[in-house]
Amino acid sequence: MKVTYFPGCTLKNKAKDLDLYAYKSAEALGVTLEEIEDWQCCGGVFTTANDEVATKLSSVRALKYAVDKNQPLVTVCSACHNVIKQTNHAVQTNSQFADKVNRYMADGSYNGEAEVYHYLEMLRDLVGFDKLKESVVNSLKGKKIAAYYGCLLLRPNSVMRMDDPENPTIMEDFIKALGADAVVYAKRNECCGGYISAESPETAKKNSQAIINNAKAQGAEMIITACPLCKYNLVNNGADIPVVYFTELLAEALGVKEDTNE
Amino acid sequence: MNNKYLQEEIVRISGVNVSKCMRCGKCSATCPAYDEMEYHPHQFVNMVENGEIEPLLNSESLYKCLSCFACIDRCPRGVQPAKVVEAVRLTAIRKQGNNHLKADDIPAIIDDETPQQLLVSAFRKYTK
Repeated sequence: MKVTYFPGCTLKNKAKDLDLYAYKSAEALGVTLEEIEDWQCCGGVFTTANDEVATKLSSVRALKYAVDKNQPLVTVCSACHNVIKQTNHAVQTNSQFADKVNRYMADGSYNGEAEVYHYLEMLRDLVGFDKLKESVVNSLKGKKIAAYYGCLLLRPNSVMRMDDPENPTIMEDFIKALGADAVVYAKRNECCGGYISAESPETAKKNSQAIINNAKAQGAEMIITACPLCKYNLVNNGADIPVVYFTELLAEALGVKEDTNE
Repeated sequence: MNNKYLQEEIVRISGVNVSKCMRCGKCSATCPAYDEMEYHPHQFVNMVENGEIEPLLNSESLYKCLSCFACIDRCPRGVQPAKVVEAVRLTAIRKQGNNHLKADDIPAIIDDETPQQLLVSAFRKYTK
C-alpha cells in the first residue's frame, strides 16, 4: 500500500526520530510513505477565524496533492494532522472559504475530496492492529506505558473523528498490540500548554507536571506521544520517566530500530 | 460601553452565536489556562454578547488561551468559546504595531531542544 505523506517542519529538524521511525515501521508493515514534494509547513495551529485564508493554503495544497495521487494523506505529527484535517473540513463545509482558497490554486480545484489519516489511524484502519500484533518481533511485554494524547489528536471531535475524545482507546490499543501494558490516567487528553512556553513557561510547567505526576501515579514507566511540542514540554518540565515518540516504540517492537541508529 | 461594530465583527469572524450560551461555566471550569486569565472563556462569550469588546481587546487573557479546544468540545450548547477568543485576539493583533510576539523576542525563548513547532505556532497565534 502506498500513501501520501506530509511530515511537517519539526519532523525534519528537532523531531527526526518521529519521522525516521515512521518510515522504517511503515516499511516493515508493507506501507510506503510517499513524501509530498515541496510540502510547506502547516503553520502549527489551525486558525479558527472564518476570514483567515492564506494561513490555510499549505494544507489545501497538501490535500490536493494527495487527491491527484489518488492516495490517502497520512500525517504523524499531532499538530499537522489537526491543521490539515480542520482545513479539509472547512473546505467541505464552508463554500465561501472553499471558493476563496480555490482562487489561489494554480491548476485544478480542490473541494474536500481527500481522506486524511493520522499514522495511528492508518495503523488501526488501514493496516489493522491485528496485523500489527502479528508483525511484532520484540514484544514489549511487561512494560507499563502511558499514552499521552494531549489536545490536538482528539479535538475538536466533530472534525477529528479519531476516537472518543473523553475516553479514547486508539493509543492504548496500539500499546497493547505491541505487547505492553497500557496505563490509563485522567490527564491523558489534557493540554500540556503547547505554544504557551513562548509566552508563559510557568503555565506549561504547571500543566506538564500535572500530566507527568498523574501518569506516574497510575504506574507508568514511560510516556508516548505523537507531538514534538508535547514531548518538549513534558521533558523540559521535569519528566523523570522516558517520554518517547510512538513511532520509536513501534520501530523497537517491529525490530527495525537498530537499523536506524546513526 | 457597547461597541456594535466590533461586536458584529467578532461574531462574523468567529461564526459563533454568543446568545446560545446558558452561563453554565463549563468552558471556564475545564480551561487549562483559567488561573492565568483576567477574563475567562465564559466571560468572553458574555462580554461579546453585551458588546463589551474594548476590555477584551486590551486584556492579556487573549494570549493565555492554549487553543486546546477543550471548551469547544465540552460546551453542552456548542457555543465554541475558543473561537470567540481567537476572533478578539486577531482583531487586536491585526492592528498595525500590535504584534504580541516579535522576532527579537525569540533568542530569549529558545534553547537547544526547542521544536520548530513551538515557534511557528506561537507566531501564528501572537503575530500578524
